[in-house]
Amino acid sequence: MAPRVFQVTPDRLDAAALAAAVATRADGAVTTFVGIVRDHNGGRRVLWLDYEAYAPLAEKAFERIDEEARERWPEARLAIHHRIGRLEIGDASIVIAAASPHRSDAFVACRYAIERVKQIAPIWKHEHFEGGDVWIEGATADPADAGAREVALARACT
Amino acid sequence: MHVTVRLFARLRELTGAAELTRELPDGATVGAAWESLARDFPSLTAYTASVSCAVNEEYSRPSHRLEDGDEIAFLPPVSGG
Repeated sequence: MAPRVFQVTPDRLDAAALAAAVATRADGAVTTFVGIVRDHNGGRRVLWLDYEAYAPLAEKAFERIDEEARERWPEARLAIHHRIGRLEIGDASIVIAAASPHRSDAFVACRYAIERVKQIAPIWKHEHFEGGDVWIEGATADPADAGAREVALARACT
Repeated sequence: MHVTVRLFARLRELTGAAELTRELPDGATVGAAWESLARDFPSLTAYTASVSCAVNEEYSRPSHRLEDGDEIAFLPPVSGG
């Protein structure tokens, strides 16, 4: 069975497997983005992160991001896996693979995808740092917000 | 009518519940469901301007009219990646 390309999972992520799952014989490029847990944030010494997700909606958000990317780059295809649960420093929290016949679309679609994940995927990080813990709260998720989509596009294309 | 409310991250912690069953008047909107919840859990009002909502696993709007048995999710600002 082919691996699911849009998935929220408690399991360790595998960038090479995701790249292989999305690339076809017609592709000349596959880019991967791996987001990892770093040991500091906002002046705090981070010990670990707990990720929580509304998994069914997050996976639909990943599919939506793929559809948005294809509107702009019709030959590009995305795969997105996000991990949940307790992650240690250095663990991969997200892997995105973008395949395309040509490298430029693969690079830009991959960047667009991570920007959109941060805007609209219902996933939260609970940061445990030296001296306390805090829920990180970024964007109010609104997939229909055209302005946010423009911001993601601008970041992808610079 | 009865609806299921799912709460995530800080909202889950503020209410002490990942899932609640709520009784609402027929035809109530998602926004009314939030207001009803915030009356019982006043600390939620800090999120009134920033919360997102979903109904039956699709993003929705406060004006959306609920039906008996719907699952509503209230989502604080997201931080995936």
